[in-house]
Amino acid sequence: MKYLYVGATPEVEREAYGAVRDRVESEFGAAVREMELGAVEFAYDPERRQYGSIAVLEMLTRICPPDAVKLLAVTERDLYIPVLTFVFGQAQLSGRVAVISLARLRQEFYGLAPNREIFLERASKEALHETGHTFGLVHCGDRNCAMSLSTNVRQIDSKRCEYCAACGARLRRGARE
Amino acid sequence: MKTHWQILVVDDEEVMCESLAAWLREDGYTVDTAPSGREGVEKARQRDYAIYFVDLKMPGGMDGIETMMQVRRLHPEASIIIITAYATVDTAITAMKEGAQEYIVKPCNPEEISLLVNRIIKVKNLQRENTILRKKLSRQYVVGDVISKNAKMGDILKLCHEIAGLRSTVLIQGESGTGKEMIARAIHHSGDRAGKPFVAVSCAALAETLLESELFGHEKGAFTGANERKPGKFEMADGGTIFLDEIGDISPKLQVDLLRVLQERSFYRVGGSEEVRVDARVVAATHVNLQQAVTEGKFREDLFYRLNVIEIRIPPLRDRREDIPLLAHHFLERLAHEMGKDINEISEGGLKLLMDYNWPGNVRELENAVERALVTSRGQVLTEEDFSFLATNGAAKAWTAPAGMTLQEMEKLLIVATLERTSGNIKESASVLGIDRSTLYEKIKRYEIPR
Repeated sequence: MKYLYVGATPEVEREAYGAVRDRVESEFGAAVREMELGAVEFAYDPERRQYGSIAVLEMLTRICPPDAVKLLAVTERDLYIPVLTFVFGQAQLSGRVAVISLARLRQEFYGLAPNREIFLERASKEALHETGHTFGLVHCGDRNCAMSLSTNVRQIDSKRCEYCAACGARLRRGARE
Repeated sequence: MKTHWQILVVDDEEVMCESLAAWLREDGYTVDTAPSGREGVEKARQRDYAIYFVDLKMPGGMDGIETMMQVRRLHPEASIIIITAYATVDTAITAMKEGAQEYIVKPCNPEEISLLVNRIIKVKNLQRENTILRKKLSRQYVVGDVISKNAKMGDILKLCHEIAGLRSTVLIQGESGTGKEMIARAIHHSGDRAGKPFVAVSCAALAETLLESELFGHEKGAFTGANERKPGKFEMADGGTIFLDEIGDISPKLQVDLLRVLQERSFYRVGGSEEVRVDARVVAATHVNLQQAVTEGKFREDLFYRLNVIEIRIPPLRDRREDIPLLAHHFLERLAHEMGKDINEISEGGLKLLMDYNWPGNVRELENAVERALVTSRGQVLTEEDFSFLATNGAAKAWTAPAGMTLQEMEKLLIVATLERTSGNIKESASVLGIDRSTLYEKIKRYEIPR
C-alpha cells in the first residue's frame, strides 16, 4: 500500500495543516498519512531573511518514507529560489516531494484585516497546485484551474480549489502509472 | 502552446541556473542550462532557443554581454534577457545597446518574469503564425521548401534549380497528391520570373469551350453571356508562368490551339481577330501517362514533344518512404499550431503504421491523415490508435480490379488466392467463394490448379 503523505513543520498552525490535509485527502482518496517534520532552519539565508526552497526539497527527498507516493510539506517559513523574490511553494516536477509556504497567504501579510476563510482556501489551492506538479502537471491556461500559475494572491483567489477537467484527467492517468 | 518553445538559462551558479530552469519547467517549457558563456554559445549553435536568460557576471573570460553578442551572431532574432545581481545604469545601457530584449535584477518578482516570458512567447507565436499564414496565402514556395531526403527527389530539386531561370516548357508527371503544383510554384519562385504572376489552371475542371475562353480570353459578344472583353489566363501570366494542370484531359481542338501558342508565342482571343503576344512560361502537369496517351492516339505527339522539353517525374510517396516521417512531422508541427493543439510527437507505433501504409493519395493524403488524427486525438502524442482509420481505408483501397484480364483468368486467380488463404481447405474455400464443393472441384480441375 502506498500513501500520500502530508507533513507540517513544528510552527505550522494546526487548523491550516488540517485544512490542507482534508483537501488533499478528498481530492486523492483516503490513502493520506500525516507526518511531523523538523524545523527548516538549515535553509535560512540571513541576508534575505528567507528560507531556500531547494534545500527544503532536498531534505524532504532524504526523509521521504519508502511507502510514500508523494510527500507534501507545509511550512510557515517564507520560501525563495535565488532568482526570485519569493515562491508560494515548490515541487519536483514529476518527482516525489513538494512544499508550500503559508507565509504570504494571510491577509495580514498585505496589511489587511485577517480572514480565516480566505487564508485556508488559499492554502488548500496551493497544496493542490504543488501536488499537481509532482504528478507531472505543468501550469494550466485555464485561469479557474488550480494548476494555473499564480504569482500573487489575487491570482490564487481567482482560481477554484479544484483541477480543471483536462488536468484532472491527466492526473488520474499519471496516478495510475 | 508552450512545449514547442525551448529556453536556455546560462549562469555559472548552479543553484541559480537550476532553480530558474525548474521554475520555468513548471510553466511547461523545455529548459536547457549552461554553466558558462562558452557552453551557452555552444548550445545555441546546436539549436535556436525562444528565450535566453544570461547572467551578466560570469567568470572564464566570457561574461553575459560577450555571450549575448555571440548568440546574436548565430541568431540575430534571439530574445535575450540579461540577469544581474547588481543593477547599474551603465551595464543596463550596455546590455540594451547590444541587443538584450530585457534586463532583470535578481531576485526578481515572479510576476515580472512570468509576464516577461509570456510577452516574448506571445510575440514568437504571432511571428510564427504570421510566417505560416503568409506562406499559405501566397504559396510562394521555393525549392528549399520541398521536404525530402530521397535521392530521386534530390535530383528533381537540383533540376528545378537549374531550370528555374530558363523559359523552356516543363512537363511534370506524377500521381495525384505528389505535389506537382508545389514543384511548379517552386520552379516559378526560384527563377527570375518570381516577381511576376503564377497562374494555375486546372484543365480537367472546365468544359472544352469554357476552358478555351478561360485560357485565351474572349472578345465582347463572342458568345452568349460574353458581355465584355475578358483577358485569358495566358495574358494574365504574361512575364510569369502559366501552370496547366491535368493537361492530359484537354480536347483535340484545344491541343491544336495550345500547340500554336507554344510554337508562335501568340494566340487569338475567342471571337477575336487581333493576335495577342505573350511571354509566359508553360509548366504542364498530368497524372496520366502522357506517352501512353500518345501511343493510343489520345494526345497529339507534336504537342507532347513541345511540352516535354524538360521532364520531371515525381515518385509516389510509397516509393520514397524515408520521407514519410519527415513530412508527417512537418504537417504535425504546422497543423497543431494552426489548430492550437499542444501535440508535437508521433509515437513509434504511429510512425510504423504511417510507414507501412500504401498512400494511394500520396503527400496530400498524408497531410489529411495527420489533420484527422489531430482532430480526434486526446493525448499529447499521436499514436497508432489515432491513425487507426488508415488501416480500414488502406485495406479497402489497396485492391483495384486489374483491368485487361478475362473473367476466366480472374476466376482462376481468385480460386488460387482463396485456397492459399484456407491452406487448401476445399469446404472452407467453397463457402468463402459462395459455390458448392463439387463446383469448386470442377473448376480446380478445369483451370489445372495444382493442389
